[in-house]
Formats: sequence, structure tokens, C-alpha cells
Amino acid sequence: MGEKIATRNAYGKALAALADKYPELVCFDADLAGATMSKFFLEACPERFFDMGIAEGNMAGVAAGMATCGFKPFINSFAMFSAGRAWEQVRNSIAYPGLNVKVVGSHGGLSVGEDGATHQCIEDFALMRAIPGMMVLCPCDGYEMEQAVKALVEYDGPAYMRLGRLAVETVTDEIEGYKFELGKGATLRDGKDVTVIATGMNVQMALKAADILAEEGVSVRVIDMHTIKPLDEELVLKAAKETGCIVTSEEANVLGGLGAAVAEYLSGTYPVPVVRHGVEDEFGRSGVAGKVLEAYGITAEGIVAKVKAALALKK
Amino acid sequence: MDHKALALTAAKARLLGVDMVYTAQSGHPGGSMSCMDVLTTLYFNVMNVDPKDPKNPDRDRFVMSKGHCSPAVYPVLALRGFFPVEELKKFRSIDGHMSGHVEMKHNPGVDMSTGSLGQGISTAVGMALAGKVAKKDYRVYSILGDGEVAEGQVWEAMMAAAKYKLDNLCAVVDVNGLQIDGKTCDVMPTEPLDKKFESFGWHVIKIDGHNFAEIEAAFAEAKTVKGQPTMILAKTVKGKGISFMENNAGWHGKAPNAEQFEIAKAELEAQIKELEG
Repeated sequence: MGEKIATRNAYGKALAALADKYPELVCFDADLAGATMSKFFLEACPERFFDMGIAEGNMAGVAAGMATCGFKPFINSFAMFSAGRAWEQVRNSIAYPGLNVKVVGSHGGLSVGEDGATHQCIEDFALMRAIPGMMVLCPCDGYEMEQAVKALVEYDGPAYMRLGRLAVETVTDEIEGYKFELGKGATLRDGKDVTVIATGMNVQMALKAADILAEEGVSVRVIDMHTIKPLDEELVLKAAKETGCIVTSEEANVLGGLGAAVAEYLSGTYPVPVVRHGVEDEFGRSGVAGKVLEAYGITAEGIVAKVKAALALKK
Repeated sequence: MDHKALALTAAKARLLGVDMVYTAQSGHPGGSMSCMDVLTTLYFNVMNVDPKDPKNPDRDRFVMSKGHCSPAVYPVLALRGFFPVEELKKFRSIDGHMSGHVEMKHNPGVDMSTGSLGQGISTAVGMALAGKVAKKDYRVYSILGDGEVAEGQVWEAMMAAAKYKLDNLCAVVDVNGLQIDGKTCDVMPTEPLDKKFESFGWHVIKIDGHNFAEIEAAFAEAKTVKGQPTMILAKTVKGKGISFMENNAGWHGKAPNAEQFEIAKAELEAQIKELEG
């Protein structure tokens, strides 16, 4: 445990570090390089960095065209615009032909803070999950992000990855046995009463919630589900069987994201109570990020309340 | 191939195209017929492609940005030898993968899947940019509809192509003046196209899109342009070659019935016979 770094920072640095090793790696931004942190790639490899201006749809298409010629494009903008504005270009020009383009959305969720609802994308998981064959990722900390970027560069196919704005505590680097693998969740803490399956910075909240609940005698398993699609069904099923109830946690709308994926899967295989923690189908508001998260219950305490609801349903 | 042979090939492609739409009882004949002469010239006299090696990394590329004009693309590719003409019978059928809009994964020779208007030209810009980054000599071609240019993404693509000085990119607007809801000048006026594209940094050439000498000359001129992409504005007739479809927006996306198909077939067969004679 230790270093605090935003996943967008870790992403930018990790991608830039791979520029030499992969001559086919190309990086695009839509006038937000200083915020998405694609600027690190620009500094490392200006000849393979392309600023497409404020035109996300075209950026997605140009990247698709480059992918047909054997390049590995990463396109960057805020989640609202790469997953939202350019959704149909991602669907039709990238995912439908199965092209090797990585769509990256930084500043995902409410933690955008002051900029308010227009820039607080809480729908990206649902939007990207709904596209056939699209991989969807949201690593929780800097260390995991670095592994995710390395894995994504090697993965041949369309994928979406959300990055966070805020600096978050690094937790995965000191977990014994932690190994990053696309499509495989990581159990960060074992427990027998309930499992919290979280993604992004909600993983850190889930660990905190597990501490709070431990004091009350509740044993919480915490799964870091960095890959939302394809879902690690084996791990989810095991958790459902062994702990009997599940809480999902994400900084996104409770409709269509990680919680939906887990509930959809378990309802057809091994029905147990699944309580979803996230944004309750409403738009965000402006405010200091921490205050906004608090106002919407996206906190460790929010998870604790959901765990109690799940335990009550289990009994 | 001389111009008479090109005209003959285009007439054969038109017959295959209208047959596909008739057999499937759906599809888009109007805009397919209007761009057929340009497309035939590209594949038979301009582009460096090899039907035996459709994925060659050094080949020229083509993107049909108005992806509904599959009844132009598939017949031309079949006649060029990328796949047997018999495959065209599976157009829009669940028994095959010849999708209603141009599809790349299952159809050899197709360089990009298209259909959602405004998107194809961006991918063509990407292919041209890839050629520059990889220092390859291939060229990239694309056909857009004049209704399609109402899509804002087209202009995003125009700016990007000019920014990166993509002189290996040559696009064509098939200016047939008609779209689903009627005349392009009524639905959403896009003229003056020449001034618009020039102001976006493109080299513009205006031609008669059914005159093979002008078509060939325009593509030759585009190859000599340095430091900027080229836009060819090809004035065409929607439904070209089939009397009752010509200049009629109603044939944008409609299949002929048996009686209409017989008339279309007879007219195109007469053109073929005359050109063979």
C-alpha cells in the first residue's frame, strides 16, 4: 500500500513506456492530451501521436482505418466523449469489423467533480458493454493500470478502458498472489459472509468497507473486477456459492454496468441476493469531487450499508 | 482497359447489381448505378490491387463511404476476380455474409465495413495516415454521396486529411443530386461543394462522372497533387443506365418487381450488346 497516483497518470506513463517496443503503437487525442495524460506518449513519441482536434467521431474512424493497416491505435478523450459522443463510430467502425482499436475514456464517473453532469460520464460501462465483442476495463490503481496497458497492447481486438481523474491509493502491488490477467478478477481479500465485487476506485472503498465491517464481525471477501466484460463468471459463481450474497460497487449508473453484469449472470445460474452500489440512475452535480461522491453515497460507508442490505436478504 | 471496355464492364456490373437487388427484393440501386462508372474505372484502370492477394499490405485501398451502395461494390469486386459472380446471389441473405451494407470480414477485396454515413471517409483518412507513417506508396480512394456530406463527421475528416497533408488520399463525391427524401438541394443544401472542399484545404476537380476519359484524367491529376488530398466532384445521374430509375429519388432504396426487372435487364443487355459489337 502506498503511493497515490491517478490511473490516468499511470496509463499515460505506461503507454509512453511501450512506444519503443511497439513501432505499430499509435496514440490519438481530441484536444485533451494534458488531461487524459496521452501527453506522455506525445513527449515520448511525437511522430506517432495525432491530435485530431475536438472531433471524437472522426478520431474513432481514423483509428479504425489505421488498424486495418496493422497499427495498434489507442484513442483518448474523456469517457463522456470517447464512449458517449463517439459511441456509434466505436460500434460501427471499430467493433463491428472487429478492429484492434483501444478506446480510452478518462475522467469517468462523478469524481470529475466541479465540471458537473455534462462531463461526469456514468453510462460508459453500460454503453460499451452493450456492443458485441467489446472488452470493458476499469483498473483500480496505478500498479494495476500499468499491467492493464501492457496486456491491452498485446490483446488483438476492440476494447474500452476507463481511467479516473483522482489520485488513488495503490493497493494491488502488495497483495500476495496478485496477478493481472484480462478477463480474470482478482480476489484482494478473502471472506465468508458476503462478497463485494468492485471496479475502479470503488475497489479501495470496498477494502475500507471490509475493515469497517470486520470490526462488526462481518467477514467480507473483496474482488477487484478490473475487467467488466468479459465477466469472470467462474470467480463470481464461486463467490456466490461460498458467501451466499453479493454486493457490486462502481462509480457508474447501477443500470447496465458491473452490477448489471453480475446480476444478469447469477440470475440465470445461481441466484443469490445481489445488491448494486453505484449511482442511482440520476445525473451528477458540480462540486469538489470528494463532496460529490459523498452526496451520491459513493463511499466506503455507502458500501457498508449495501452489505447490510445484502446480509438481511440472505437471512 | 480502353474506355469502351470500361463502359462494357460497368454495364455488366449494373446488370449484376440490379439483379442482386431484385433477387434480395431489397437494396439500394439508385446510388449504386450512379457511381458505377467511377468505381469500375478505379478497380480496372487505377487501383493497384491483386484479387489473388487481397490483403497485400502494399495494395491501394478503397472505402465506399456511402456503404449502402453495395450493389456497386460487390459486382465490381466479383468482375475483378475477388470472388465468383455466383456469390452475389447471397446478397442480403441469411444463408451468406454478403451484408446489405458493404462488409469486410467475409467478403474478399472489401477494405472497410461501412454503412453508417459519414464514417467511411474517416477510415479512409486513417488508411492514408497509416501509409504516411509506415512510409508506404499505396493510395487510398473513397466514394461519398452528396447527401452524405450533410454528416458533420465528413468535415471533421476533411480537416484531418488537410492537416496531415494526405496527398495519397483521393475521394469522390457522387453528385447525383438526390437522396431518400428528395432533392439534395431541398433536403439539406450542400452546394457549393467545390468552394467548401477548397476552403477545407483539398484540391478539387469537377468532372462528368459518366465520362471515362474525364474520370481517368481526374485520377491521374490527383496522383500529381502534392501536399494536399484531392476531392473529385463527379456529376452523375442517379439510377444511371436504367431508364425508369434515372433521376428518380424513389429508386434510392427500393427493389424492382418482376416486370420492372425485366425492363431493366433488357435495357442493360442492349447496352452490353451494343458495347460488345
